[in-house]
Amino acid sequence: MASDLPPPYTAMTRHPMMPRVNHDEAARFNFLTHFNRYLSGTIGAGNKLAYEKRVLPAFRAEHGRDPEHRYEIRDAMNRDPWHRMWSALKRNSMEMRQHFGRQVVLRQLDELDAMARQYNEHSGQLELDPAIAQPPYQTAVDIHCQPGGYHGEERPGDVTVGANYDVGLFATTGGALGGLNDGGGQAVVAWVKAERPDWSPRRILDIGCTIGHNAVPIAQAFPEAEVIAIDTAAASLRYGAARAAALGVKNIRFVQASGEDLSRWADGTFDWVQTTMFLHELSAKAMPRILAEAHRVLAPGGLILHIEQPQYSDDMPLFEQFMRDWDAFNNNEPFWSAMHGQDLKQVMAEAGFPRECQFVAGVRAVVDPEIFPPSPDKGEEDYGRAAIWNAYGAWKPLAAEAQVAA
Amino acid sequence: MSAPDTPLDWVTLSGRRAKGRRPEYFDEPALDRLYSTVFALAAEVSALRERQDTLERLLEARGTLTRAEIEQYVPDREAGRERGLATQAYIARIMRGFQQEVEAMAASDPPIMDVVERLSRE
Repeated sequence: MASDLPPPYTAMTRHPMMPRVNHDEAARFNFLTHFNRYLSGTIGAGNKLAYEKRVLPAFRAEHGRDPEHRYEIRDAMNRDPWHRMWSALKRNSMEMRQHFGRQVVLRQLDELDAMARQYNEHSGQLELDPAIAQPPYQTAVDIHCQPGGYHGEERPGDVTVGANYDVGLFATTGGALGGLNDGGGQAVVAWVKAERPDWSPRRILDIGCTIGHNAVPIAQAFPEAEVIAIDTAAASLRYGAARAAALGVKNIRFVQASGEDLSRWADGTFDWVQTTMFLHELSAKAMPRILAEAHRVLAPGGLILHIEQPQYSDDMPLFEQFMRDWDAFNNNEPFWSAMHGQDLKQVMAEAGFPRECQFVAGVRAVVDPEIFPPSPDKGEEDYGRAAIWNAYGAWKPLAAEAQVAA
Repeated sequence: MSAPDTPLDWVTLSGRRAKGRRPEYFDEPALDRLYSTVFALAAEVSALRERQDTLERLLEARGTLTRAEIEQYVPDREAGRERGLATQAYIARIMRGFQQEVEAMAASDPPIMDVVERLSRE
């Protein structure tokens, strides 16, 4: 039992940009961390029980067959009293996380804004472009139920949404991402170092970086490389650039740009193009555009890597697909369901990455095991709450290889 | 840009709604509202307990008391009476709705509209 205990909130690294929490604010996050683990673990099992004991039998009685799509399970489960109560609890937990985080950030916003401004003026690591429009898939709803999404402002030039994202990620991930919320980026680094120990990429592009928590560890791991982290959301970039500067990481620049239009970078500029938990925040038309642009700016022999939850394949039971879909409908992740339903290998192939160059690898958060015990790993029962992901990637063929392939 | 002169109303702003229609989980909207209040209170109780634990540990570290003394504390007769009364009053507060429903079942009051109409006539 003790091994499943998440660390206390105070185990988080207090880097200079991290909003300061007082005693009770930390305690509220501790409650949410435990509460979330309880909801997905201890009582999360109730959803499968309700499905098997009454929802599925009722469906069979009504239709004379089993459900054929995750949406049929969703419609049936949304009428089940247990699933409704469980969903209400989980939604409330998400809303509390936002509310608690915003109280922390907004009460000290003057200090945070001033500090970010100082870091960003002196570091030169932030490059904003007011001409960049927020794409509709970022503004249709506030993603993650985060008020203001990644781009909203409480007042011009503020860092609220970025700071709130950083301060509360611990609670929703059950403390599984490590002291700097960078377990995902560390996982990417560990995978690359194991896969190509002698590789030294010179230019790295991270698309959809938000606050750079997954791009900064890449910059730290490859100090000779130049990392460009882009996002359309200035409010997140302002915080992310200041955060990186505060951490003393200098070989990363935060640039306001859309992944759909990378025209400012010439063909083959980057040795590595990375996205981490980003593709599911897009739209059906934007995703292939971004992947095609990523292909264009990637140098032959370079690496493209996407960290995501596993795609829904025919091998994945429909009930698991339904559970993994919860955030799409209950936590403002409107592209989650459609994106995970796609054949990502085909989408990548259409963007120019031949299937024979593609790979899928499993990665898990890399954190300090002394402080952060491994996230609960109960296989399918966790339905995407554990910090375990799939890496969908490809090594872009060299020109000669491409000709052979053609 | 300098910080604005008027301080930010962080209490009001922090509760801002996320854009996107919220699912209705229950047929009775009051239940959705009740859940949000109950679990915010649950978080607050948890935070209070943590604060109390901090206090006890700090007091112990400074030699003011030991946590074992707290566990072994036995109220004397007067303290026991005061605490019993306080617990009774607390239960009465949180159970008011149930207790008054029982009283109402015994009283069988007519609907308030009946009284309104009667007083407008008589």
